[in-house]
Amino acid sequence: MDFVFTDEQRMIAETAQTFFAENATSERTRAAMATDGIDHALWQAFCQELGLSGIGIPEAAGGAGLGLVELAIIAEAAGAQVAALPMLGSLALVAQAIAAGGSEAQRSEWLPALLSGETIAAHVEADDLVAEGDSLTGSSAFVAHGSAAGLLLVSGAGGSWLVRADAPGVSITAQTTMDQTRPFARVELAGAEGEPLADPHAAAKAATEAGLVTLAADGLGLAQAALDRTVAYARDRVQFGRAIGSFQAYKHRLADMMVEIEQARSAVYWAACAVDEGSEEAALALHAAKSFCADTAFRCAGDMIQLHGGIGFTWEHDAHLFFKRARALQTLLGKNDWHREQIAAMVLGETA
Amino acid sequence: MKLGFTPAEEEFRAECAEWLNTQMAGEFADIRGITTLTEKAERRKEWEQHLGAHGWGCIGWPKEWGGRDATLAQQVIFAEEYARAGVPGRVNHIGIELAGPTLLALGTDEQKRRFLPDIASGKTIFCQGFSEPNAGSDLASVRTKARLENGEWIVDGQKIWTSLAHISDWIFVVTRSEEGSKGPKGLTFLMMELDQPGIEIRPIRQINGDAEFNETFFDGARCPADSLIGAVGDGWRVAMTLLSFERGVSTLGQQMAFRNELDAIIAASKENGAAKDPLIRQRIAKAEIGLRLMRYGALRMLSNTDHASVDGAALTYKIQWASWRRSLGELAMEVLGQAGEVTDHDGYEWPMLPNLFLYSRADTIYGGTNQIQRNLIAERGLGLPREPRGDA
Repeated sequence: MDFVFTDEQRMIAETAQTFFAENATSERTRAAMATDGIDHALWQAFCQELGLSGIGIPEAAGGAGLGLVELAIIAEAAGAQVAALPMLGSLALVAQAIAAGGSEAQRSEWLPALLSGETIAAHVEADDLVAEGDSLTGSSAFVAHGSAAGLLLVSGAGGSWLVRADAPGVSITAQTTMDQTRPFARVELAGAEGEPLADPHAAAKAATEAGLVTLAADGLGLAQAALDRTVAYARDRVQFGRAIGSFQAYKHRLADMMVEIEQARSAVYWAACAVDEGSEEAALALHAAKSFCADTAFRCAGDMIQLHGGIGFTWEHDAHLFFKRARALQTLLGKNDWHREQIAAMVLGETA
Repeated sequence: MKLGFTPAEEEFRAECAEWLNTQMAGEFADIRGITTLTEKAERRKEWEQHLGAHGWGCIGWPKEWGGRDATLAQQVIFAEEYARAGVPGRVNHIGIELAGPTLLALGTDEQKRRFLPDIASGKTIFCQGFSEPNAGSDLASVRTKARLENGEWIVDGQKIWTSLAHISDWIFVVTRSEEGSKGPKGLTFLMMELDQPGIEIRPIRQINGDAEFNETFFDGARCPADSLIGAVGDGWRVAMTLLSFERGVSTLGQQMAFRNELDAIIAASKENGAAKDPLIRQRIAKAEIGLRLMRYGALRMLSNTDHASVDGAALTYKIQWASWRRSLGELAMEVLGQAGEVTDHDGYEWPMLPNLFLYSRADTIYGGTNQIQRNLIAERGLGLPREPRGDA
């Protein structure tokens, strides 16, 4: 029992925090929002210069090794800046799925391209998928960063397939999305050729674990940054002759944010450790972390707007970026009520 | 970062569990499962001594003072297994968790020799005299007076909310020893024997019908001149040192008791069909998540040895568990429905879950109200400007 960062983890955290704070600026994020929702220069720098893109992928598969704790550290740092990056789809979902469930050939073909940032991948969860052999027909309207993807991982009908975005039968349409830092695309497959993953079960498990931890950590970083920025504002802004942060009605709300965030922090690292250590609590921890952190992020982002007053409602201020990202966290990879229902079934002893 | 325990630690866990379960199945079966603080107090004093006699009284203390030099992980494990086995709470928890560590940190060698072995062996039960009538959470507005006279301290005044004073042997009292001083200045921290003519203890009946709190009156009560911890006038610092021990390992034992309460709610919901209600299921899931996050918050807090940094988890912990448990009480009543509002007892005595509902209203008040906690978090944790304070 030693639930605290190791020196190496602390170093990764500092490196990632500095990198994103310096580079994922509001200006650059806004520029990315006006295009396909990705700061491509930042993504290249993250993948190639920082060398952290392979974290959570085994070294044998060409990754950097380490585990979900380290992946969470990175996602948290990126989330704090609301960075416009395809981390969720490309690294957490698709690269993890290929590393865990892909064949040797699939791994050597795709992982280097994904980890170097050369290819961006997106995950397509198609509820209506029909697979005739490896010819896929189906669609999803909510594929995060789908427009930028060169590679799609299509899941449904009990399997997972790799599909090239430029293959015949694939059409991708960008959607105007509330959260412009993670815009959705509509992906339609009409008899598109897919290459099946060797072990779709292992792929889905790894992708879900990494995806939920990434989202939870993203929400944690976002919530903490919303609090930090609002605290800074509370100290500077003077009204009625006092810093507004001295008023109880104001400071108590900030304190409540901190109470939630400290729990969210425990949730993220509990879930990440539980997966890394193969604990039997892992499934429960993942459902808990995702639902709790998404709710915390939404509450803190909403409070950020409220506590900034009118300026927080404007396009000019960053609060709306936090708020919209937090809203998207509520639904990505399952609604929070759904995750809690899974937990209820577990604790009520209804699951096998 | 590592959550799992080592094989040696798991072995220690098995040892703890086996010993505790054996006691609870045998000689002390009559106190197993008690959840209030006052029930069968005399038997529970015998239990304290039994624990001490077998070296389980306060395992985190140094061996020379009756402890085991247990590692942090071992203390965590013992606290969890203690509660898991359904062993009732320690009637001497003030002695073990507050008075003892304060003496270890600030007491003289003579004081350590005099008190620590008896606390460890369960012979001396301590209670605490901090709060005063009308003072509420303003801990520094102490009015109980102490003056030195012929080599003795003479104490006059009144304390309130002195938990378990009526079954305790000693009390530590924060007194105003400097005439005319205000707030945290001029205070002295005294240890007094309760069984003496100048002290009267009156239990206060609470919302749940039980009486675990007391009013304690001092009318010319006495203790020797060397009964103080720290220096004359240094009582505030001593009191703050003592309160800093409150975020210790015992929080984990407390959570295992919470686990038992939530399990009882889950069982009740399955029995009466409430578990089929989607809204109840959401609330059960939220309670489960909150409980787990308390455990991992506590482990994070305990693992963090960097005491110089402000530890957010520690600052937020009180409001977190208190709010969680109050919601749990409300969930219990929602699950039970009207059946929770009646009891078979002749007296106004409640089973575990309705009692939880009533008692948990105290959780967000004692030890610093939720409102005071929010001020602490905002001012110490977030560095916001202090609330303007009037002259005391």
